[in-house]
Amino acid sequence: MTKEISLEHVWVEFGEFTAVQKANLTIAGGEFFSFLGPSGCGKTTLLRCISGFQEPTRGVVKIGGKNMKGVGPNKRPTALIFQNLALFPLRSVADNIAFPLEVRGVDKKTRRKRADELLELIALTGQGDKKISELSGGQKQRVAIARALAVEPDILLLDEPLSALDLKLRQHMRTELRAIQKQVGLTFIYITHDQGEALTMSDRIAVMNKGKVEQIGDGKTIYDHPGTGFVASFVGENNVLEGTVLSNDGTIVKVDTGLGVPFVVANHATEKGALVPGDACQMFIRPEALRIAAGDDDRNRFECNFVTEEFEGNMRHIVLDASGRKLKMSMINDGRNPIDGSAPIALDFAPEMGIALPPGPLASA
Amino acid sequence: MNKRSLSAMVPSLYLVLFFTYLFGPLIIMVITAFNSSGFPRVSPWECFTTDWFGKLAADNKLIEGLGNSLIIGVGVVVVAIPIGLAAAIMLSQVGPKLRASLYTIFIAPILVPGVVIGLSTLIFWDRIGTFFNAPYESFFYSGTFLTIIGQVTFIAAYSMLVFLSRIQRFDHTLTEAALDMGASPTQAFVKVLLPFMAPAIGSATVLAFLASLENYNTTVFTIVSSSTFTTVLSSKVRYGLDPSISAVAVIIIAITLIGAIIFECRNRYMSVGWIKVVADRPALKIATHPGTVAAILAVMVLAAVGFIKSHDSSACQAEILNQKRALQQQLMEQQAISTPAPATPAETTTGDTAPANPFGGANNNIFAPQNLGGSTAEPEPEPAEPQSSSPFGKGNIFAPENLTTPPPDGG
Repeated sequence: MTKEISLEHVWVEFGEFTAVQKANLTIAGGEFFSFLGPSGCGKTTLLRCISGFQEPTRGVVKIGGKNMKGVGPNKRPTALIFQNLALFPLRSVADNIAFPLEVRGVDKKTRRKRADELLELIALTGQGDKKISELSGGQKQRVAIARALAVEPDILLLDEPLSALDLKLRQHMRTELRAIQKQVGLTFIYITHDQGEALTMSDRIAVMNKGKVEQIGDGKTIYDHPGTGFVASFVGENNVLEGTVLSNDGTIVKVDTGLGVPFVVANHATEKGALVPGDACQMFIRPEALRIAAGDDDRNRFECNFVTEEFEGNMRHIVLDASGRKLKMSMINDGRNPIDGSAPIALDFAPEMGIALPPGPLASA
Repeated sequence: MNKRSLSAMVPSLYLVLFFTYLFGPLIIMVITAFNSSGFPRVSPWECFTTDWFGKLAADNKLIEGLGNSLIIGVGVVVVAIPIGLAAAIMLSQVGPKLRASLYTIFIAPILVPGVVIGLSTLIFWDRIGTFFNAPYESFFYSGTFLTIIGQVTFIAAYSMLVFLSRIQRFDHTLTEAALDMGASPTQAFVKVLLPFMAPAIGSATVLAFLASLENYNTTVFTIVSSSTFTTVLSSKVRYGLDPSISAVAVIIIAITLIGAIIFECRNRYMSVGWIKVVADRPALKIATHPGTVAAILAVMVLAAVGFIKSHDSSACQAEILNQKRALQQQLMEQQAISTPAPATPAETTTGDTAPANPFGGANNNIFAPQNLGGSTAEPEPEPAEPQSSSPFGKGNIFAPENLTTPPPDGG
């Protein structure tokens, strides 16, 4: 029952403005797929293309191998969960859930039965007669999901459905959403600007910027092996050091960033023609990859000065100055305080933790 | 009296003045409806009478006009509400530039004087009628049709304003959600937007109906040879007034009050606090149900109608008549005696006969409605229909359900 979705060279243009350019990807049936990107990157437009509220200017959207051109949103096997949930305020919880059945002419008894089933699924058994306004944020969330599932769509589209919830509830709903997805086995397409949501829930993630899909991969790949400078700087935190490529033997790239010795980087762009010696490049190093140097020879070592500390409870984020460049280092708060603010600090990182990429636009902080 | 208590009195004094200004005329109007004096007035108080209601019921011209007004009111509601709703929906969906200019166009009929709308409606449809060579019996020349069309032009704009204020709070993603759930555009409209607009439709209906009922300046042109409640009233004002007009006011006030009371009862009955209070008190729940209140009010109205029908003030009126005759007799005698000295008595005479004049005037006024029929400038197609007096029942004529449902705009 789950269908594959493929976007083939999809462009969406609004007059002069290009909202989506050349989106080309396939989402497998039963997959939890996320579009991650800053606001205005075109992810919602892409979602509207799939749900049928927006026709692509160019390209084809296929669901289950069928071209969806000219098929209205009410005729597509998709259900969309809106950012504001769009629950009908004048209807009871059960009537909301049964709405898709109602418009299909299903009789009242069957409707009620299905609504009760779904209420059980979302752990709101017996609350069908409540008004929407009587529910909490998380409950509303679940009602919206139940309503979308009422007619057993092939694909569930979620447009930042958790953004209005508070932190605790959001974290709880992440687990719950993932559990529901596993339980019903549908394809979930999830739109978010919150990388935490994307990383924890998704099978695969497409990172988007300015209408372009920058990288597609599972959470680990996106985080550990970002394909572009944008992905490296948008997903998680990263320190950026501009530098020049000194040598590239295919596995090891040597980068001169002006911080002491050239850095040896094992994690880098591999496509042809990238990172040729002499090229400018960007080197990324995650805050948690930096360590206080312990004297291992195979690690890249440099010195910097303490600036300030941001304390976050479990983590301590140390802001450092390395020859005029601001760096951030994160360490677990294990009760020790190895940093003495007065003297220069020697740091190091493993070659495989450094990321070298051709220069490109970064995510704005 | 120190300075402080004086300044504390100013707001209450203001309130008294304000409410007197607001309700004074209504109270006086109500009192005059029960005074047997031939001209609507409070003093001199002659007799307590309910005859004016009977007179009103027998006033075929007025009843016919009222009937026309109700037909026109319903017609205006039926035409203006969909137009207003459509305009509001359109305005909520177009871009800001187009919206500004469309809004100006839609709103223009409100700014145009009613007289102009009335005249232009008349001329416009006359041209069209002439073009099609339509006979004078056709709807192009029907006062009811023309009045509905004429009033709709601006009442649709009023109702659009009501709808706009509501639709601005509508979340259009709800329609998208409905479409996404598989609803057709029609289903999305009927099941999502329309229920949301229901309170506004209710208030716009009441507003449109009342605006139609009380409209004069457009109607006076478009009604052609027919008449409505307002045109009959205005001709009455011009050609002689009697307290049956006050009787009309009493009925309208009563209906408004009843409507407001039932509506308020409904609101309080539905309030969350009250639902909790009556949750385990079934007797109180039934007693405070708006239906119960409506039933009690209906009984009171029936009692009032019964009282009005049965009350007989002829004895008192005969006595007053005798008193006046005696007074007149006395005056005439006085005049006869004082003829040699004409200067002062003449003055007293005019001054003293004044109370007698209204009595004479009353006689004229009683026949005024019938007189008016002949004296109107426009050709009268047929005399007042005799059947119009029989179905008269105070409650039915104003059709309470038309007035009693000003719904809340509880968003």
